[in-house]
Amino acid sequence: MKVTLFATCLVDLFQSSAGKATVELLERLGCEVDFPESQVCCGQPAFNSGYVKEAKVAMKSMIDTFLNAEYVVSPSGSCITMFHEYPHVFQGDPVWEPKAKKLAEKSYELTQFIVDVLKIEDVGARFEGKVTYHTSCHMTRLLGVKKAPMILLSNVKGLEFTELPGKEQCCGFGGTFAVKMAQISEQMVDEKVQHVEETGAEYLIGADAACLMNIGGRIERLGKPIKVLHIAEVLNSR
Amino acid sequence: MAMKIGTDHFKERVEHGINDSFMRGAVAGAQNSMGVRRQTATEELGNWEEWRSHGEEIRQHVLANLDYYLEQLSENVAKRGGHVFFAQTAEQANDYIKGVVTKKNAKKVVKAKSMVTEEISLNKTLEEAGCSVVETDLGEYILQVDDHDPPSHIVVPALHKNKEQIRDVFTKKLGYQKTEKPEELAWHAREMLRQEYLTADIGITGCNFAVAETGSFSLVTNEGNADLVTSLPKTQITVMGMERLVPTFEEMEVLVSLLTRSAVGQKLTSYITVLTGPREEHDVDGPEEFHLVIVDNGRSKILGGEFQSVLQCIRCAACINVCPVYRHVGGHSYGSIYSGPIGAVLSPLLGGYDEYKELPYASTLCGACTDVCPVKIPLHQLLHKHRQVIVEQEGKAPISEKLVMKAYGLGAASPMLYKLGTKIAPAAMNPFTVGDRISKGPGPLKAWTEIREFPAPNKERFRDWFKNREKGGKES
Repeated sequence: MKVTLFATCLVDLFQSSAGKATVELLERLGCEVDFPESQVCCGQPAFNSGYVKEAKVAMKSMIDTFLNAEYVVSPSGSCITMFHEYPHVFQGDPVWEPKAKKLAEKSYELTQFIVDVLKIEDVGARFEGKVTYHTSCHMTRLLGVKKAPMILLSNVKGLEFTELPGKEQCCGFGGTFAVKMAQISEQMVDEKVQHVEETGAEYLIGADAACLMNIGGRIERLGKPIKVLHIAEVLNSR
Repeated sequence: MAMKIGTDHFKERVEHGINDSFMRGAVAGAQNSMGVRRQTATEELGNWEEWRSHGEEIRQHVLANLDYYLEQLSENVAKRGGHVFFAQTAEQANDYIKGVVTKKNAKKVVKAKSMVTEEISLNKTLEEAGCSVVETDLGEYILQVDDHDPPSHIVVPALHKNKEQIRDVFTKKLGYQKTEKPEELAWHAREMLRQEYLTADIGITGCNFAVAETGSFSLVTNEGNADLVTSLPKTQITVMGMERLVPTFEEMEVLVSLLTRSAVGQKLTSYITVLTGPREEHDVDGPEEFHLVIVDNGRSKILGGEFQSVLQCIRCAACINVCPVYRHVGGHSYGSIYSGPIGAVLSPLLGGYDEYKELPYASTLCGACTDVCPVKIPLHQLLHKHRQVIVEQEGKAPISEKLVMKAYGLGAASPMLYKLGTKIAPAAMNPFTVGDRISKGPGPLKAWTEIREFPAPNKERFRDWFKNREKGGKES
């Protein structure tokens, strides 16, 4: 199966390990992965701040980039949620709305793609350690992907899973919120870190680079002995 | 603006909230327990999503036909001998009510809980006119006794106070001498209030849902105070926001069920009182005179616009009870009697962007509010819509932000520019980088790194790795 990867700007620039793991994992599961060089950002930073005009520039560029892709897969629930939002953004636009719809229909978050399209629930991974998992807001609430990561993690050999208290609560990232409302964001991420600590897990796993950058950045600042990993890295471990 | 609370700026209010550990403990505890109760009460129904859709349909239908139902409602109230007044502004509503108070030569008013009377500052108006006002909802009573502390939650107005603080307020203001046990505190308030009901000239209530077909209105409470407010005084005034009505009792039943389950996790509250006009010959109690005041105060401007869905709100506060921002800053931080996600959407519409332009940004757009709303208001989308209006129509966004977004637009338009930018990023960030992280970032990163580490840009971007790998085969 041919899969076109949307790496996302955060993975491209800051968490290339998650991108590499995604490629290797998909290939191991029998996919042929390509990466169009013209991809940039899904438009979310501008869109969520209210700069829809600027965001549309990025969105159009993304729509064209993935025009001929069969499946678009991304290691970020939030950015795929943004793709699914495109048809609303271009509502009424005779050229871009149909194109946006096509992109939305073929775009999947990584774990969603593995479980729902590839129909694979056990990727044959082995990962030794006690882990907990943060369910990112956009991925679970807006995209509606709740079960896929849980199913995949439950089949990883050696992995000891412990549920995160208040897992559905936002980590305090929220794009520009993290800097615009820094005081509030700090309280939110602190409560998240506290919950992670309570589980006694050695690893915090997530499926969204942005949330992980936020929680991980706070964990590092506080000097907590918890490692942060993208779910692709865990599923790619053998 | 009457709905405004306090004079501090947003940042100061937030700081004050964050530093109030009593309040935060109370709010987090309440959110945790309310969350579980709401969940249980909604799951009990079995098909909650269908109930929500039904609730949404009812509210949308009413808003689409608001003129029709308002006319029907007022005709039916008048038929039963009640007086109806349409107030376009808060001032008009207050003047009318003050007029009734003066005509009746009323010295004392007892009130059941009502957010719309908070919105128009009715108590202040009446007190200035020489009429004493007594709040009878326990939460509102506590706040009133505590020198008119403003409400911090639309259903649980004194949520920010714990029982020890309430004991101290009662001791100081009412000569209370017992403990902080809730039963003892409530009993004391009961004793104090009983006399007030018996000696009041006028009873004033809000309105959960008016029923257009019969000219009735309903009050949903757990304390029974609204029953006393509406049965003992000779004159009764009900104040309602102009959107708070349903066509018939059938729709009311659906909305009451959605309301009590969402608000307090109960199948039904202890009291659901439905009243229709003044006392009739065969009635044993009830007011001799009844006034219905229908308040617009900015609502008709929302109607028909892109924010119309906010008028679907039934004031259950489920969105407030799950909001992670409200959790940490509390209700007073919003600077409006309407707090939490619903307050962040509604306050700028009713009170203007000058006063409330920060509120739409006090959200991570996590969608928890939208998820629980029993009438499916897309709250996080409306918050986003506000941001768009602030940037594109109001021109109120900071210049530095505009510049960043302009640069973003340029980068996004040109993959070449993006690639170049990300290529030089590690070198550009080098002065700030120690090992693989940035602890003191420049510009927009400063606020980030005051709290957390920021990762140093990868020297080999993912795209470089992919390209090299393609060139050199699949080995990595």
